[in-house]
Formats: sequence, C-alpha cells, structure tokens
Amino acid sequence: MTRFLLQRLGQAVAQLLIVGSIVFFLVRLIPGDPARAALGETATEEQVAQTREAMHLNDSFASQFFGFWGRLFQGDLGTSLVSGREVMQDLPSRLGNSLELVLVSLALALLIGVLLGRIAATRADRPADHALVAGSILGISLPVFVVGALLLMVFAILYPILPPQRFTSPLEDPLTHLQTLVLPVVTLTAASCAVITRMTRSAMLETLTADYVRTARSKGLVESKVVNRHALRTAMVPVVSTATVELTTLIGSTVLVETIFGWPGVSSLLMDAVGQRDYPVIQAVVLSVATIVILVNLIGDLVVRFLDPRTEES
Amino acid sequence: MTTDTTDREPVLSVDRLAVDFQISGAWTPAVKDVSFSVDRGEVVALVGESGSGKSVTSLSVLGLLGQNARTRGAISFGGVELLGLGGEELRALRGKRIAMIFQEPMTALNPVYTVGRQIIEAIRCHERVTKDQARARALELLRKVGIPEPERRIDSYPHQLSGGQRQRAMIAMAVSGSPEVLIADEPTTALDVTVQAEILELLRSLRKDLGLAVVIITHDMGVVADIADRVIVMRQGEVVEQAPVRRLFADPQHPYTRKLLAAVPRRNAPGRAGEPTEQEDTHAGEVLRVTDLDVEYPGGLGRKSFKAVHGVNLTVDRGRILGLVGESGSGKSTIGRAIVGLVRATAGSVEISGRDVTHLKGKELRAFRRRYSMVFQDPGSSLNPRLSIGDSIAAPMVINRQADRSAVRGRVRTLLEQVELPTGWADRFPHELSGGQRQRIGIARALALEPELLIADEPTSALDVSVQATVLRLLQELQERLGFSCLFISHDLGVVQSLAHEVAVLQHGRLVERGPATDVLTRPRSDYTRRLVAAAPVPDPDEQAERRSAWRAMAV
Repeated sequence: MTRFLLQRLGQAVAQLLIVGSIVFFLVRLIPGDPARAALGETATEEQVAQTREAMHLNDSFASQFFGFWGRLFQGDLGTSLVSGREVMQDLPSRLGNSLELVLVSLALALLIGVLLGRIAATRADRPADHALVAGSILGISLPVFVVGALLLMVFAILYPILPPQRFTSPLEDPLTHLQTLVLPVVTLTAASCAVITRMTRSAMLETLTADYVRTARSKGLVESKVVNRHALRTAMVPVVSTATVELTTLIGSTVLVETIFGWPGVSSLLMDAVGQRDYPVIQAVVLSVATIVILVNLIGDLVVRFLDPRTEES
Repeated sequence: MTTDTTDREPVLSVDRLAVDFQISGAWTPAVKDVSFSVDRGEVVALVGESGSGKSVTSLSVLGLLGQNARTRGAISFGGVELLGLGGEELRALRGKRIAMIFQEPMTALNPVYTVGRQIIEAIRCHERVTKDQARARALELLRKVGIPEPERRIDSYPHQLSGGQRQRAMIAMAVSGSPEVLIADEPTTALDVTVQAEILELLRSLRKDLGLAVVIITHDMGVVADIADRVIVMRQGEVVEQAPVRRLFADPQHPYTRKLLAAVPRRNAPGRAGEPTEQEDTHAGEVLRVTDLDVEYPGGLGRKSFKAVHGVNLTVDRGRILGLVGESGSGKSTIGRAIVGLVRATAGSVEISGRDVTHLKGKELRAFRRRYSMVFQDPGSSLNPRLSIGDSIAAPMVINRQADRSAVRGRVRTLLEQVELPTGWADRFPHELSGGQRQRIGIARALALEPELLIADEPTSALDVSVQATVLRLLQELQERLGFSCLFISHDLGVVQSLAHEVAVLQHGRLVERGPATDVLTRPRSDYTRRLVAAAPVPDPDEQAERRSAWRAMAV
C-alpha cells in the first residue's frame, strides 16, 4: 500500500512538473514578443520594456526557467498585467468558489446517480428503467448552456423563486449564498448525474448476474443485502473511475455555468485573463486547475484500490 | 422410470420437474420431466453433457433460476414444497438446510470481500451471533475443510488463495449452517486432478461427519465413479437412466449412457506407444527439438518477473505425437506458445525441421511459419465471428499468397471433407456451428498449409465428452493419413494416453519425466507423475476405490 502510494505520488509530481513546464513554454511560444502581444499594438516602447522586466523576459533562458519554478515553490504566481495585483490575492477565493460548485455538484451527482442507477438496474426492462434510461439520455444530450439558460429563465425570471445572478459571499449571508448556489449546481449536476446513472446501471446489470451474487442468494442473504453488499458494492469500482473523469468535465462546464449565473469563480477569472492576454493569471489558473485534476485522479485511484483489493497485485 | 424402492426416507425429492426459459418472447424448455430423490447421507450424481439441464435442475431446488424461468412439478424437502415457496421461507432454507457450491470458486466468491467476511456473513444471516462468535466459527470451519494457516487465510481475499483453497473456503461457507443437503454443481471441474482428488475426499469426509446428503452435478464419469452412490443420467432435459453406481457402470441400460461411457478416454486402453512408425527405418529424424528452453514473463515496474519454463528439452520425431501433460501453471501452454512464437523464448532454442526459429524475423519467419501451426483450446473465441468458416480456413493460404482463388476454394472444400464437415458449409459462420464443429474448423485451418508440425493446446477440453471422442478420433485419423507430427498439450491423462506415442510430464515449468506413453502413465518413475496418475479418477467404481486408497497412502 505504502509503495503504491509513493509510486502514485511520484507520478503525480512528474505530471505536475510536465504541466508546469508546458505552462512556462506556453507564454514563450507566442510568436514575437509576449510583452508586446500582451499590451497590444498601442503600447509604448517604455511600457513594453517595463512589462518585459515584470515577466522576466530579459533574463537568460535558464534563469527564466529556474526562476519560474523557484517563485512557484514560494507561492509567488506573479502579478496581473491588467490589475497590477498579485495573482495570489484573487486566485484562492476564485478557486474556492469554483470548487464549491464542482464538488457539491459531483457529490449530488454521485448520490442521486448511484441511487437512480440501482433502481434502474434492479428493475431492468420495466417502466421505471425505461424512464430512467430516457431521462439520462436527455440529461447527457442537453448542453450545459441550454439547461442553465432555461433554469435561469424559468426560476429566476418567469417564476422568481431564486435570486438571479447576484453572488453573495457565504460569510456575508449564508442563506442567500445557498439560494444562489441552487441553479448553477442543478445545471452542473444534471449531466453528471445522468452519466453516473448510466454507468451504475450498466455496471450493476453485469454484477447482478455474477456468480458471487448467486452465491450470496444461495446462502440465504436477504435480497436487499444481496443487491447492496454484493452487486452494488462491486459495481462501484467503474463508477468511481467514471466520477473522476466526470470531475474534469465539470470543471470544463464551469466556464459556461459561471458566465451564465455570474459566479465569480476561477473560470470567469480565466475567461477575463484570456480576453486581456493577462499571461501571469492564465499561467496561474492553468497550473492550479491542473493540480486539482491530478489530485482528484490520485484520490480516485486510491478509492478504487480500496474498493477492489485485486488491484493491489496487478 | 422407477426409483429404487428402499425403506429409507428421501430427504429431497424432485417430482416431474419442468423448467422453461423465456428467450426473446418464446418459452423454451430446459428441463422437461425430471424425477429423482435423494436419501439422507446419500451421494447422488446428476450426470450429463452441456445442455442436459442438470444445472438448471439443481438451481431450481433453491429457487435460484432467473426471473425469466417458470417451473412446474414439485420439489419436496422434508415435507415442505419448495416450488412456489415465499421469499422469506425460502431464504430461511437457503444455506441453512440446503446449501450449494459452484463450479468456479474464483467467480463464486465475491472478489472484494475476504473469505472470512463472506463466511461470517453466511453464518450471521441465519443465526443471531456476534461478529466475534461468528468469526470464531468461521475459523473452525476453515480448519475443518483443511485450509492451512486458517488464522491468516481468514483475512485473505479470494484472489490470494489457490484454486483448491478457494473451493475449500466455498465449502466451509456452504456447511456453515450444518445443512442436510449439499448441492455441488461441478465442484471440481475448474480444478487440477490432484486438487480434485483432495476436494472429493473432503466432500466424502463431510458427508460422513455431518450426515450430509450430496447432490453432485458433473460431466466427469471418473468423478461419478469416485464419489457417487447413485447416478442419474440426464439428456436434453430428461432423465434417461438412474441406477446405483456399480450397476450403472457394469450394466448401462440406456443407449445414451452406453455411448457416454464409451466416449470416456480410458487409461487402460492399449494406447499407441508401442505402435511402430511407418518410416521406422527411415526415421527422418526430429521435426521439433526444444533445447534448454526458458521463458520468463517480465514483471511490471519494480516487480519480479515470473519464470514459467525452466530449461525444458523436448523432441518430436517425424510422424509422432508427443503428449505434453501438466497441471495448470505448469508451463505447458507457454511451451506451445513459445514454439510457434506467440511468446518469446528467454533462453534456449526451438528447432523445427532442423532450423532454429527463435531468432527468425520478418520475411524469413513468415516464409517458414507455414511449416507449423496451432489449434487452440476454445474454438468459440479463436475463430473470427465475422468471417465465414471458409474464409477462416482460407486465411492462412491467402496470407501466404499460396494459390489463386479457385485453387483456394478447392482446398477449402478438401479440408472440410477431411474434417468430416459438409463441403457446402464454407459460407456458414462460426455461431451457426456447435463447439465440436467449430473445433473441426480450427483443425482444418491449422492443416491448410500442410504443416509438418501441429501444436494442439488442449483442443478438446472445452468440449463434451462424446464430442471430444469424435474430435480425438478425427485428429488421430488425420495424423495417420497426413503424417504430420504433433505436440499435444493436455491436462487429461486419458486423452493423452489414447492419442500420444510419447509423453512428457511438466511440473512448475520443469520436465519431470518423459518416455513412451504407456510406460510413463502405467509405470511412472517420478513421484509427481505417480501422484498425478493416482489422482486422476477412472470411470470404474471398483477400480477407482482401489486407486483412491493408493492415492491416500501416497498422500500420507
């Protein structure tokens, strides 16, 4: 177990180093002068020179590279070219807001998806199953921006039950914060939940016919325990793997959801930064999101390993 | 069909049982009219080939058939009618009074729980005991079924145990409720013969200690002769004959029973070892020479590699069949695969007709490869389902650009004739054929380029015994007619004896004995071969009883 953990941690560090290097080269691969590109055609030579200095573009290549990593390890992600503020001032709260959306959605999607998948699998080929399969196809097919816009129109404009587009910090007013959370979370959950329902259903259809489920029945176990302990539990292995992939999809979807619902998360920070060619901010966001994805995959692997002891040897 | 009239009361009786399955809307019968009974402490064997309905019969006792099944008739157990019994009442019987064990313990045990936990679960679903009490009981059970170091094994996952230990754990779980009836569905089919002998011995002792009635479902007449008191022969969902075991073997009544018994490859058959080769004098020498062959499977990152074959030496002379015998994991398949180049030899050489093929590459290898070919174990998965059987047989010729289209078609027809299939079948697809017919296609494909050497890796072990007999006869006739040499890989000593001239015995990747087939199999020199021979049951109750005591003496 320790060995596996060390091995996987080593892999995660290697992945991070690769992502970091890609981010480093990203800015330097822009044709021409990145400082000029960032500032636009109208900037004066003086401004460009200043920016070059701020982006450490005048140093030797090696010192640029090691300087980049050195600052990174000190938690210095640079200064925004647009606002002049240190990236570390804004990033954590933005990241927190996005993670709140993503994690709450994923947790809900897992909870509801597994539950619905179990219902569908145990009633295979009956009306409940057909309805759930149809519903999940709908959930997967509807793009996030359609669902988000529809929800916004119905629940915030036609029947204003929930507050539209006004983000309130949980520290200021927890209740309003929860209310504002509802629509974006529902939007994100819908698609993921559909994916997890389908995965749970198909995995369980397989485990329900497995020999060990027949064994569990033959020893006189109550049916609900047969299903939960034997069929559902073993079906969780592919479901957890799917969930980790689904998390990356969710992070991608926040770009749209945050825009639709005016949610001040990391995606909208990224969108703004891309529009303004604010390279230090782009670098910081890409790096932090990549770190999260790598961490989640690591956790996913550990959970799968815990769920399926056979992975230990193979 | 009448059952024996005895004054003993039956513990389980099945009366005119019929089971239908709903398959794509239509009801298809699987069991038509089956009646039999099992007395207290008796071992009854349900025998038949695949599709005979023996497993379906056993599953219907505990109501374990799927939802697409319907049953008629009656199954009574201790005066209770089991068919149509409600959920809770049936559940209380399952595992407690009637228990089951299944064929493949790897899949029958849940891979994500320790065996201890699964046994404890079985105990606790019938009795109100604490976890600790149940654990103590589980330990005791594991000890009773002969699992070494039960204190450690109780916390092992199924994949950490050997096949035999898994089946023992399965049996421990089954007897945890002290049942009156144990239904064992092919309990030893997935196991090696030496392990099979141990498991049968365990079942025999449990029956004595616990007074268990055992219903054993099997296709192996040797197993029947070894353990059964009474035999019920099934065919296509019907009972064709039932008789006490001695009478069944000595004087089978029904033609099907006779056919079934005749199809079992016998170990005391004359064999072919003494048979002279036609070209005895010319003795054109060896077609295959394997020298100091090592095969190592590389381990993963930071893991140890696994050496499957250690310094094996083999030769096959022209026109002879060498039987390569061993238990699972002995490396016999690996050797076959190394010869045809499907795995790489780590050291040593493989010479075919005097040429070392281990280092042949590219064009040279392709040109040489037509001289040898392979028949695989499972004909279902080794034929491409999207190719017609004619295309499958023609594939080697097309790949080697052997002949023009019409010549290839002609050759396909000849090959189909040789394997005794209608020549008009070339356009059919594998799924339209039975297992035995598919294996004939596998043989025809292997013979397409008239190889000098045929490697047959367990070609009949996936087949029913009567089908196996016809495929073996066909293979033997073809070999005599076409004169190819053959390395025949098998775990079945009877099959090897009936077919092979010479035998080589493998254990843990090493050759332990080789020589003429009759010598090795009747007068084995090494301990391992002796144990292997003693463990393989023969289809004769009296002879088997003798062999069993010989085996016991050896095991002590």
